[in-house]
Amino acid sequence: MNNSIALKSILNKEIHRFMRIWVQTLVPPAITISLYFVIFGSLIGSRIGEMGGFDYMSFIVPGLIMMSVITNSYSNVASSFFSAKWQRNVEEMLVAPVPNWVIVAGYVGGGMARGMLVGLIVTLVSLFFVDIQIHNVWVIITTVSLTSATFALGGLINAIFARSFDDISIIPTFILTPLTYLGGVFYSITLLPEFWQGVSQINPIVYMVNAFRYGFLGISDVNIMTAFAVIGFFIITLFTLAMVLISKGIGLRS
Amino acid sequence: MTNALNTNAIETHASENYALEINTLEKTYKGGFQALKGIDLTVKQGDFFALLGPNGAGKSTTIGVITSLVNKSAGKVKVFGYDIDTDLEKAKSFIGLVPQEFNFNQFEPLMNILVNQAGYYGVTRKVAIERAEKYLKQLELWDKRNAPARELSGGMKRRLMIARALMHEPQMLILDEPTAGVDIEIRRGMWDFLRELNKQGITIILTTHYLEEAETLCRNIAIIDGGEIVENTSMKGLLAQLDGETFVLDLSPHHNDITLDDISSRMIDDHTLEIDLQKPQNLNTVFEKLSAQHVEVLSMRNKSNRLEALFVNLIEHNVSRKKAK
Repeated sequence: MNNSIALKSILNKEIHRFMRIWVQTLVPPAITISLYFVIFGSLIGSRIGEMGGFDYMSFIVPGLIMMSVITNSYSNVASSFFSAKWQRNVEEMLVAPVPNWVIVAGYVGGGMARGMLVGLIVTLVSLFFVDIQIHNVWVIITTVSLTSATFALGGLINAIFARSFDDISIIPTFILTPLTYLGGVFYSITLLPEFWQGVSQINPIVYMVNAFRYGFLGISDVNIMTAFAVIGFFIITLFTLAMVLISKGIGLRS
Repeated sequence: MTNALNTNAIETHASENYALEINTLEKTYKGGFQALKGIDLTVKQGDFFALLGPNGAGKSTTIGVITSLVNKSAGKVKVFGYDIDTDLEKAKSFIGLVPQEFNFNQFEPLMNILVNQAGYYGVTRKVAIERAEKYLKQLELWDKRNAPARELSGGMKRRLMIARALMHEPQMLILDEPTAGVDIEIRRGMWDFLRELNKQGITIILTTHYLEEAETLCRNIAIIDGGEIVENTSMKGLLAQLDGETFVLDLSPHHNDITLDDISSRMIDDHTLEIDLQKPQNLNTVFEKLSAQHVEVLSMRNKSNRLEALFVNLIEHNVSRKKAK
């Protein structure tokens, strides 16, 4: 069997899905991010002054872009895969000779595509508010790709376990959003007391935001190689978990 | 519906040309309900096979195990000789499934549903588009090709699921109540379509609640009840088990004193006679006796479908046997 055709079919379906409902998937992040820029950048940011040697608006841009990438990669796969379970059209793939890794790769690829497209849109919107500088484009591309893959895998696992639409909003509301807000999007973790700096280092989003910020501004609160190692660890762990869950048929087969 | 299907040569590991071999298949769901209690079943390649049973008998569970939507608890299943435990992907490639419930994305256009489904089986986009056009035209859905699936009527949705199951040109088509809720005209059109597929060599396994459908289409039959196979034979063999049939005769009015000697009969009203024919009694004898009494027969019909009578007998017998235990 030609697995590349099956992979392309899932990717095509996933990309077509979020493009078809672009008003729900692509426009809201642009509006949200504009509000962040107006409130935290122009109104409050001007009173904060510099952070890490950059004006506050420039400092928060990478974190805001990353926040959009994380949220959209996660929610795309969580909602799409759960809808496929709910409408039972996931059975179209389960009865076909599609290897489990192709199903995982297809959905994660779809989540990455939406996450990165939203990231690009948010970047373009931010150009209206701030001049973006680029320190290392490869770090930017690597970080955004790996981060979107990590959260797309997280969304997939959430959808596998979910039994209702409420279940796919619990993790984003109670875990993802707090971790993102405490992940150094709006501040440098060096501003925190030593104890809370230590606590912040168990938050994976700190590594993602800082690696991304390094790509733009050349500054980071954490070592870049450590950041990549942490993201890599999460990808391998979540991919393995997703594969085990699908092969056992958890939430999919009775 | 027009039919023109090209089937590829079958490359199998099958022993004795079996499309499906099931050995001591068991399924116990979480909570302890045992849906299948060690069933054995074989379906020959090219067969048109009926799997019948009352609601909750285990039909859909059996189909679920064959198509890997249900994890079995024990037993073996081979599809065209490929064991689903060791060669699952190969086994899946032979099967086209038309499930009982609509399970496509209601928001997707028909064309996308079909082309994506073909892609899951490794069919290139170009070939998939050609096949989608062919099946949508054959199943009279071409005009709706760009409409979202939710806009289709119930009968159209059933036909869409048949088209989807055929996109990879499978060697075995499993249809779980494919004509449920479909009007008689479309149902008969679907029968012709399925007959044509079977003529072209595709093995068809059908579950249905319309016993007339099974009797009309299928050559072999298994009846499942309470997770056990209670009958597995040819349709002819099963129907031959019928000891008698009941006919309803519409007569010219005003007859109250008809006698048919040893043939059991009763007047329902003054122009309707019900007769029970036992082997080797035949209808000629009945007509002769009625003619002798100057009774004119205007029309005649079976009181019930022949398979239905047998089906009810078998299920009732199985229930009594279980109670006796």
